[in-house]
Amino acid sequence: MKNKNRILTIISLVVLAVILYYTNKGVDSYKLRILNLCAIYTILGVSMNLINGFTGQFSLGHAGFMAVGAYTTSLLIMPADIKVENFFLKPIISPLANIHLPFLPALIAGGLLAAGAAFLIGYPVLRLKGDYLAIATLGFSEIIRIIFTNTQSITNGSLGLKSIPNYTNLWWSFGLAAFTIIIIVSLIRSSYGRAFKAIREDEIAAESMGINLFKHKMWSFVIGAFFAGVGGGLLASLIGAIDPLMFRFFLTYNILLIIVLGGLGSITGTVIASFIVTIATEGLRFLDESINIGEYTIQGIPGLRMVVFSVLLMIVIIFFRNGLMGKKEFSWASLRNPFSKASKMGGK
Amino acid sequence: MTLGLFMQNLANGISLGSLYALIAIGYTMVYGILRLINFAHGDIFMMATYFSFFGIMLFNIPWYISFTLAIILTGILGVAVETAAYRPLRDAPKISLLISSIGVSFLLENLSVLLFSGKPKAFPTPNVLTRMVTISGITIQVLSFIIPVVTFILLSLLLYLINNTKVGMAMRAVSKDHETARLMSVDVNKIISLTFGLGSMLAAIGGIMWGLKFPQINPIMGVIPGLKCFIAAVIGGIGNVKGAVIGGFILGVGEIMLVALLPGLTGYRDAFAFIMLIVILLLKPTGIMGEKITEKV
Repeated sequence: MKNKNRILTIISLVVLAVILYYTNKGVDSYKLRILNLCAIYTILGVSMNLINGFTGQFSLGHAGFMAVGAYTTSLLIMPADIKVENFFLKPIISPLANIHLPFLPALIAGGLLAAGAAFLIGYPVLRLKGDYLAIATLGFSEIIRIIFTNTQSITNGSLGLKSIPNYTNLWWSFGLAAFTIIIIVSLIRSSYGRAFKAIREDEIAAESMGINLFKHKMWSFVIGAFFAGVGGGLLASLIGAIDPLMFRFFLTYNILLIIVLGGLGSITGTVIASFIVTIATEGLRFLDESINIGEYTIQGIPGLRMVVFSVLLMIVIIFFRNGLMGKKEFSWASLRNPFSKASKMGGK
Repeated sequence: MTLGLFMQNLANGISLGSLYALIAIGYTMVYGILRLINFAHGDIFMMATYFSFFGIMLFNIPWYISFTLAIILTGILGVAVETAAYRPLRDAPKISLLISSIGVSFLLENLSVLLFSGKPKAFPTPNVLTRMVTISGITIQVLSFIIPVVTFILLSLLLYLINNTKVGMAMRAVSKDHETARLMSVDVNKIISLTFGLGSMLAAIGGIMWGLKFPQINPIMGVIPGLKCFIAAVIGGIGNVKGAVIGGFILGVGEIMLVALLPGLTGYRDAFAFIMLIVILLLKPTGIMGEKITEKV
């Protein structure tokens, strides 16, 4: 059975690759961008779900980790002459000015630095619980943003970085999204993952069963931050320009909505929700523009899109508290036999 | 730094601290009664400035009437938010409530971009309040005196309400235990609504004075003050009204003094509050005036 499932997984990955190959050729750049965003939000959502959904630590620091990853990656992949162009107010400090790396090492460096930041932050903060943890992580992500605004000779301050090379394409974004999902799913199924879930359900009980709370929380936090950093790097290279204002609390909030909509504690839900939310944000764009129906023109109202969007999300939060999937996961077993016990249990 | 300059900065710090204190009281009251960080509080504060802006600019109402109307409207808004977004989640896990409050904050910001446009607007400042006076070499706005005075009057009224009236007793009871309070025939929902209304009205007063002091308003002006005031509430010990006021003053004076003493760190002014938060959480997580809560298994 296990072998069969593995084959099915590999087949579906191959099918995905074939689909990506044809989409890459046949779809215009606007749609490509949306698809890339979907995959990047999947990475961000899955990594935040690891911390918030599976370990139950309500962290709101994701935008900060993304900022670290985005800035590191961008500074490493920008050629020296573009850096000179960017840093016209104050020249960039010397070792950074000439370092130039390929995309993958730059992304990994971004992820590692974000993980390092998470380690430093987690050391004092992870002793806190619930609301206090939320506000402290939020505070730290704001501090990261404020530091980036003020370090003119490293991050170019509030001017931000422009003309970042566009390396992100479907292969990178979907490839890394698949990689992230595989890593995090294996992690959750390991003994570490079971410890994470135990901490989520009851910290005191978990501790009395011999689980080292701090160590496990820290692992979850650091791994989540690593993928947030990678996601940030991909996003920077997709958009091509970043500045500190991009990494405000609003960004964390978007990712939080994705994991809440998908279901806190469901990877499948997060993947589905990140596609729905990204496509819906673009799809609702018609509300802002005027529409022509025959002779009539319905005047669009700028800003209406975001209001409709937030109302829809409030409805989800209040009336569908468990999100789309709750804690359930997709599995081949549940597909084969939808009424079996395994599918009801979430296909363990 | 000369003594004069020091006094000037201290006065600025105290008036900023009083504003923080007014908004922090709202956070602390809601937290005390619902155990919820009301992320929407900063946006309610923002709505108050827009209400009074439109009262004066659009409907040509005299400023004092417009301010009063804005305070009442904001109180109603606070009660409406509680009824619509928090009451359905009363029995839900705490995290749902927190997410819902972030949702309300997001909705209010977007709604005000839609209704009032994202462009910053100049807040009308009546001359009576923004006049400058000079006292023994220190030039200061009249407003800087009015703000602390208003804050202290409101604080004493609030403390009287909480400690000496029947409603206040009900509020204290609900904050201890919803179930037991209900058994003592306290209408829990009514008390929670009242708390939200009061907190929002205080935020409205804070918001209007904020608008007078920093006369430029925009739809996301509430975010940073909101976070800082929450931090003020945590520093003072969340759930404790006096603590919130103390926290507000520490934050306001500290921020102004940081910039005055170390001008090189001006860019890090907003980070000061967050650093204070982390220090206080590590040293005394329950804040200066907070009670220690022991967890029962």
